[in-house]
Amino acid sequence: MSKLEYALKLIDEWENKLYTEYNIKSKPKFISDLREHVQKLIEVKPDVTEEELKRVVDLSFRYFLRAQVEPGEAVGTVAAQSIGEPSTQMTLRTFHYAGVKELNVTLGLPRLIEIVDARKTPSTPTMTVYLDEEHRYDKEKALEVARKIEMTKVENVASSVEIDWFNVMIIIRLDPEMMEDKGVTRDDVIKAINKLRIKGKAEPDPEDEYAVDVKLDPEAYTSIGELQKLRDKILSAKIKGIKGINRVIVQQREEEYVLVTDGSNLAQVLEVEGVDPTRTVSDNIKEIEEVLGIEAARQAIINEIVDVLENQGLDVDLRHIMLLADTMTWSGEVRQVGRHGIAGSKPSVLARAAFEVTVKQLVDAAVTGEVDELKGVTENIIIGQPIPVGTGMVLLVMNPQEFVRRVKRSEGEHEAGERS
Amino acid sequence: MSQFRLAPRVDKIIQGIKFGILSPEEIRKMSVVAVVTDQAYDEAGLPVEGGIMDPRMGVVSPGQRCPTCGNTLHACPGHFGYIELTKPVIHYEFVPHIYDVLRATCRVCGKVKLPEEEIEKFLHLYEQLEKKWPILAKRVVGYVRKRAAKAQECPHCHAKQYKIKLEKPYKFIEERMPRLHTLNPEEIKARLERIPDKHAKVLGFDPKDARPEWTILTVLPVPPVTVRPSIVLENGMRSEDDLTHKLADIVRTNNKLRENIESGASEAMIENLWDLLQYHVATFFDNEIPGIPPARHRSGKPLRTLAQRLKGKEGRFRSNLSGKRVDFSARTVISPDPNISINEVGVPVEVAKTLTVPVKVTPWNIEEMRQLILNGPDKWPGANYVITREGRRIDLRYAKDRKIIAESLQPGWTVERHLQDGDVALFNRQPSLHRMSIMSHLVKVLPGKTFRLNPLVCPPYNADFDGDEMNLHVPQSEEARAEALELMLVEKHILSPRYGGPIIGGLQDYISGAYLLTTVATLLTREDVQELLGVTGYEGEVPEPAILSPKVAWTGKQLISVFLPKDFNYSGKANIATGDLKCEDEYCFYDSFVVVRNGELVEGVLDKKSIGHEQPKSLMHWIVYEYGPQKGREIYDKVFKMFLRFIEKRGFTTRYDDVRLPPEAKKEIEEILKEAYEEVKKLIEDYENGLLEPLPGRTLEETLELMIMDVLAKARDKAGEIAAKYLSPLNNAVIMAKAGARGNILNLTQMAALLGQQSVRGERIKRGYRKRTLPHFEWGDISPDARGFVRHSFYEGLTPTEVFFHAAGGREGLVDTAVRTSQSGYMQRRLINALQDLKVDYDGTVRDAWGALYQSVYGDDGVDPMKSAHGESVDVKHVIEKVTKVRL
Repeated sequence: MSKLEYALKLIDEWENKLYTEYNIKSKPKFISDLREHVQKLIEVKPDVTEEELKRVVDLSFRYFLRAQVEPGEAVGTVAAQSIGEPSTQMTLRTFHYAGVKELNVTLGLPRLIEIVDARKTPSTPTMTVYLDEEHRYDKEKALEVARKIEMTKVENVASSVEIDWFNVMIIIRLDPEMMEDKGVTRDDVIKAINKLRIKGKAEPDPEDEYAVDVKLDPEAYTSIGELQKLRDKILSAKIKGIKGINRVIVQQREEEYVLVTDGSNLAQVLEVEGVDPTRTVSDNIKEIEEVLGIEAARQAIINEIVDVLENQGLDVDLRHIMLLADTMTWSGEVRQVGRHGIAGSKPSVLARAAFEVTVKQLVDAAVTGEVDELKGVTENIIIGQPIPVGTGMVLLVMNPQEFVRRVKRSEGEHEAGERS
Repeated sequence: MSQFRLAPRVDKIIQGIKFGILSPEEIRKMSVVAVVTDQAYDEAGLPVEGGIMDPRMGVVSPGQRCPTCGNTLHACPGHFGYIELTKPVIHYEFVPHIYDVLRATCRVCGKVKLPEEEIEKFLHLYEQLEKKWPILAKRVVGYVRKRAAKAQECPHCHAKQYKIKLEKPYKFIEERMPRLHTLNPEEIKARLERIPDKHAKVLGFDPKDARPEWTILTVLPVPPVTVRPSIVLENGMRSEDDLTHKLADIVRTNNKLRENIESGASEAMIENLWDLLQYHVATFFDNEIPGIPPARHRSGKPLRTLAQRLKGKEGRFRSNLSGKRVDFSARTVISPDPNISINEVGVPVEVAKTLTVPVKVTPWNIEEMRQLILNGPDKWPGANYVITREGRRIDLRYAKDRKIIAESLQPGWTVERHLQDGDVALFNRQPSLHRMSIMSHLVKVLPGKTFRLNPLVCPPYNADFDGDEMNLHVPQSEEARAEALELMLVEKHILSPRYGGPIIGGLQDYISGAYLLTTVATLLTREDVQELLGVTGYEGEVPEPAILSPKVAWTGKQLISVFLPKDFNYSGKANIATGDLKCEDEYCFYDSFVVVRNGELVEGVLDKKSIGHEQPKSLMHWIVYEYGPQKGREIYDKVFKMFLRFIEKRGFTTRYDDVRLPPEAKKEIEEILKEAYEEVKKLIEDYENGLLEPLPGRTLEETLELMIMDVLAKARDKAGEIAAKYLSPLNNAVIMAKAGARGNILNLTQMAALLGQQSVRGERIKRGYRKRTLPHFEWGDISPDARGFVRHSFYEGLTPTEVFFHAAGGREGLVDTAVRTSQSGYMQRRLINALQDLKVDYDGTVRDAWGALYQSVYGDDGVDPMKSAHGESVDVKHVIEKVTKVRL
């Protein structure tokens, strides 16, 4: 048997023991790591002894078993502290450029609060759009997708807008450079305007090839105010792209090109051709919940919190963040950390009353005749009993006097038995 | 019998608390007195029978006995009284519920305005959800209330329904078009009474303990005097509690109303008094009702009535129920003492004489206890109290002859003795943001008036010694002491559960000292070695000298090796391994790669990366991880003391000319700044001439700002590099920065080269006067100097305008910190509240207090982050290096 075979056999034996003897339910990640590294070790140091290999394997598994959590550990409180404590060290008002100067993204404490608040829309919605094999490596092709996604309004390609009072007409002069950049033709603009519900019609200007005339019904629009309102309506008319995506920036990340957007619309972007729907993400957690479901929302919460903390150079174990995300998504929908979410839906009246909106909680409980079973931490603190975590979780009671008496009695019986 | 003091035996456990609404009968039944007069005291100053301070409602002054229960002050719980209201009034807090119910039920038959079968269906659904999913049950109720309110006609009795409107705060108006009719509480009560139990239930009411009509008060409970004690002022005047004032108002109005009705006063008069009664009762419950003026004291201060007593941070719940005041605690200023163990806390004698530990007297300690009693309360170590077997408490301060007490002492008595060396105490510094903010220390009684702690434990408490104060608590029961020792001792918290690495570790001079001691330039004489090993209390052999000729000499690394476990292997980069000194592997020329083999520090200097705090996978982390917290503590106590002694012996300071640059460096920096200024000038010119191209998505102005800031930032960096180049590596300021003891290269360049751009809100400073920041500049000047670029260093000194800009930038930082602490504090409170009930169960699952499952294996692998290797369950590479010394 080679050294490698020997080591692998040891690992297999140990692994088996974990599942049977030690009641470990899932395969620990380090085992594959161990196999790999033992092999490397034998390559680097061929004269490694079997005893050494055995020690490596034994120690690894022993360290793993030693690292298991103990029952009763108040993992929730520890998680809350581990996320809350470093947040005091975070800088406030950090607007950070997401790799490019053109885009601001909220980071730091405000972003963290936003995530745990489970806001419907983040203050700076962004998407990172990954592209499929075909469009990934070519800047031109990436731009092509970007143009499809980016919402282009008439105002983005217009250089000036005039209101012709005399002919009751609005003349839009287009900027050829912008049109080129956005990949828009004059016909696109006309089509977009004609889609609007206005009393009038857009036509190409006969004199200027970069102008559009919107001829209006003079009966319908009589006042200046109305015309001005209409002008604004025309300017914000969507020519193409996806609603909500205000700007798209093409960015090179290592080998591939990636689109970063200002604004978010996950559902529609995922369907655009050229987009890799498996990797594309939004920073809007509620949107992810709606489009991809609760499990995706959980992962999104984790990723977003990790991003914020990493950006601030703060070191927090992933397990704490996972527990928070699990708690926020446990009910099947994303719940806020606060009175309208997790704290507000606790089964205990006293716990809710001790958090916020005290009187309303008590009144509502009175109406429904609610019973507080006093199982949680806050309730037991309120009534002055040990809390049900850690050493307070142990229900086993020993009365030392009773114990001594029983031992003595059984000894007595034993002696009596021997004598007879 | 037992020598241990156990926590009081648990006789009863409260199983649950049911909430409900008191019915009029219940209120009368639980009361001991009908309050009929608003008079509190008679002419003689005695409480009036049937008055609002009727003595039957409980004892308020010491020495009295309660006429109702016969108890004295501390044992009488107080007793309720009641006021029979002449006319019913609405209980303000129930208004939203009353509103819903009025709209959802028929005005004639009182049934829920839904077809019978629908009611059955919802009732069934509600009953099923009630127990397991109270949240969903609530939603059902909300739905029923909303749906039933829509019906225009009663499906049961076919009576026509009118729309009911709520005029805040508590007036209900029925729109019997074309007439509006105000429903008075009597009418409302009559309607609520008609609701059948079953129908009340679908509306979310518990018909047994919360009938809807009980939300209209006909009898008002009068809280016991014990919850509203009057205070006697210095001048002998009595001052009544706010609630008493309010009750007096209620009784007075109530009586007046009755008299008016009896004497047949006008309808309008009665209405008015009824409204007034309603107002007084409503403000009795809540004095912050929007839309009505709060009841006030004569001084104009609003009264603090029931809702205000419960609400908010200073309310009953958060202040008195969730937070409790304790005895056996002390607070004073902290100061450092590197000579005590990290597990210890230095306690002033004065404090030790006040705080006590109860000790049961046994045949084995009786002599010792007698001596303590003889020493008495004023001589440490002594005792303050003796408690006899019967529970009689003898105060030794007033004992005539302590000798007699000492002689009569017997096993079974308890002596409350002074705090002594070796006792456990909990030590805490606010804000308590994580569990390391309260740790237990072993007491060491010391002269002086401050608490002393080893500076190594500053990081977990986030403490410094600029006037910080800390609290000390002495556990009183055997269980509490056991938990303090086994779970809360400092050494058990060297590793942080936040990231799986040591939170305790070297800082400041510890790191400078370690660096200087272990650097190759340091050679020690025999005397040095003896002194350094001496401070650790080392008693073994002095190691063989590393250098024999021309003189015997030892290296600092040898001294470290003395304390490392003999099978310890470690390798890793040092903090100094950056830039020119970078080393990625063993055999490093600059000694910036630390290697330990078989417990010998064979190469590398020790600095922040090896021994610093918050350094996961560092030398100290692996020692604690592999050899346990005790070994870790031993090294923190011994070796770290050596670092300090070494730096004391050698001498270490930093001074003004540490940041002086030679003239040629100055010149280079000047040159760079000149170029940058030129470049900025060019940018501004381009901008003014319209030659500047805007960045996509930015205005021209923003683009200009960004580009200027970019140019200036680069210039500062370059200047910094030059400064760093000219600063001697033997310079103490540089040593501190490189070793990671204090400050960084940026700080040094700010002192030596220039401060650079000052910013407010991430932009160059732009506000101040009209179109300019300060009157020293022209209008519209956007040159670097006019917008907060500080071109001088702290060494050179700042110009007056620069001082202003620097102050503006500094102020932003201060404001930021103030805002942040409140925001993150609130976030943490919410996080704790959301997660506090989660724990690992005996089967390894994560569940909340009600048994709901959150994770089937904690963190997917069941690994406690504190016991992990920086988050990994096992660091296989490290294990391999430990066993075979091979670095993979």
